[in-house]
Amino acid sequence: MTDNINIQDIVKTENLVHKKSSVMTENTMHYCPGCGHGTTHQIVAEVIEEMGIQQDTIGITPVGCSVLMYNYLDIDMQEAAHGRAPALATAIKRLLPEKFVFTYQGDGDLAAIGTAETIHSCNRGENILIIFINNGIYGMTGGQMAPTTIEGMKSSTTPYGRDVKLMGNPLKMTDIVATLPGTYYVTRQSVHKPGNVRKTKKAIRKAFEYQKLNKGTCFIEIVSNCPSGWKMTPVESNEWMEQNMFPFYPLGDFKVPEE
Amino acid sequence: MKSNMEKELRLMKGNEAIAEAAIRAGTDAYFGYPITPQSEVLEYLTSEKPHERTGMVVLQAESEVAAINMVYGGAGCGKKVMTSSSSPGISLKQEGISYIAGAELPCLVINVVRGGPGLGTIQPSQSDYFQATKGGGHGDYKLIVLAPASVQEMADFVELAFDLAFKYRNPAMILSDGAIGQMMEKVWLKPQKERSKESPSWATTGKTPDRERNIITSLDLDPNRQEQFNIKLQKKYHEIQEKEVRYEKFQCDDAEYLLVAYGTSSRVSQKAIQMARDEGIKVGLLRPITLFPFPKKEINELANQVKGILSVEMSAGQMVEDVRLAVNGKVPVEHFGRMGGIVPTAEEVVENLKTKIIGG
Repeated sequence: MTDNINIQDIVKTENLVHKKSSVMTENTMHYCPGCGHGTTHQIVAEVIEEMGIQQDTIGITPVGCSVLMYNYLDIDMQEAAHGRAPALATAIKRLLPEKFVFTYQGDGDLAAIGTAETIHSCNRGENILIIFINNGIYGMTGGQMAPTTIEGMKSSTTPYGRDVKLMGNPLKMTDIVATLPGTYYVTRQSVHKPGNVRKTKKAIRKAFEYQKLNKGTCFIEIVSNCPSGWKMTPVESNEWMEQNMFPFYPLGDFKVPEE
Repeated sequence: MKSNMEKELRLMKGNEAIAEAAIRAGTDAYFGYPITPQSEVLEYLTSEKPHERTGMVVLQAESEVAAINMVYGGAGCGKKVMTSSSSPGISLKQEGISYIAGAELPCLVINVVRGGPGLGTIQPSQSDYFQATKGGGHGDYKLIVLAPASVQEMADFVELAFDLAFKYRNPAMILSDGAIGQMMEKVWLKPQKERSKESPSWATTGKTPDRERNIITSLDLDPNRQEQFNIKLQKKYHEIQEKEVRYEKFQCDDAEYLLVAYGTSSRVSQKAIQMARDEGIKVGLLRPITLFPFPKKEINELANQVKGILSVEMSAGQMVEDVRLAVNGKVPVEHFGRMGGIVPTAEEVVENLKTKIIGG
């Protein structure tokens, strides 16, 4: 397929919808076509660029598809063990309180193996930003059931769909962390449409602004897709996400500071 | 509050000495989780308000797993960070320690060993020797392991461990035990050192325009590069083996028999040597201070002089394997140990020296 596409035919001024952020590196992304990680990386980079905090930002990558995020963002980054990003972030922020610290984690990382670190960092009110990509699946290991896999959803370990009687219920981490006193701003967004991208970018910007004011943990869930893991085309996956994921994981703010 | 600007003599528990020495060494952060018999480290630190004394961060984590990963994060920032625990908690930390070794970061991990396996007992033991010296977690890596035998060494080894950890960008461990952690002795404390304001060039402190971004990771999916990295690690361990061996000899000059023991066992062995010499048995002690790097050469040389060697450990016989490798068959090497939280008596050591080594 790729042999038939000449990249130069696509990369033309009239086709460009936005400029590559100066906080992005030149490395080619490894993400599958249609995956939400690339868009999310781009808007994180844009916010860092627009706030002029490239020198002051330290990111922590998870284990999962986005483990290599450090190849794409031109900032200092640390790669955590599976689920432990909030523990690293806790130490980094406490040792370098003037820096902006964020974690970037998938659903398996944040809501299964790293549940304790997530809950306790949020409960302590660590002054960090947690970006939580929820695509309901373990993408990197080949599409197994995640803690967020919705009822009936097929995965490589729920080949007949998630049976909640047998496999338990999907976990709504964002709802949980919003109840904790340490969180300051908790929201659930998506990046599947330009309008949603803009909203999510605004949320990331807000979270970094709150971090400057030492307000506590900011938590942004991004409901996303996994075309390869879901075995769908990018368009199908976004439609499926809207029809099936959004009813269970409705977009919107969970905890908004009183202005 | 005292000024801490001068050295000071105090009567302290081993665990407290570690904590006070950590503050005075200019440690940037401690992350821990309570477990007997080392909870005094965290208790002492929180009572001392180190954030007021030096700005040191002290945090009780939600688990040993979180604590070691906090250490990982802090170490990645180039800071002097440490954690302490006891055997079951150290097992939980192994994944994090492997990542720290794989990312080539300096840090200090203290294990105040208790008897195992499992929940075991809260009494002192030396049954974590294999775990400490052979890696412990996954992958081909080694820790720099220091074995204190007194409260004074508990204090002194904090700074030494940090120095070695930073020199080699490698995690260091103080392998103590419940006896040394809990017992009180007089200890000379060093004057307060200032916390370093410098950051190593590799640390994630925010990418400035004058340098490339710093990435702390243990991941390389390319097997060729990963192998090259492993070769580099092995070279580092070889260099540590060549340059950093530390040990103490006790009455070895005329020794016909040798005890090898570290930590609490070495104290019991010293007493046993006095008793044996009263009976006319010429026996000496080699006390490894570094367990990795192990004093192989020194033990091998002593094997030319003595007729037999007894490794005395509070375990089923772990260090004895390294002693045998060092001796390489020159003379008989046997093990004597007590397990499960029992400290051997000097009488038992003499008895076992006679039956297992001297014979008859």
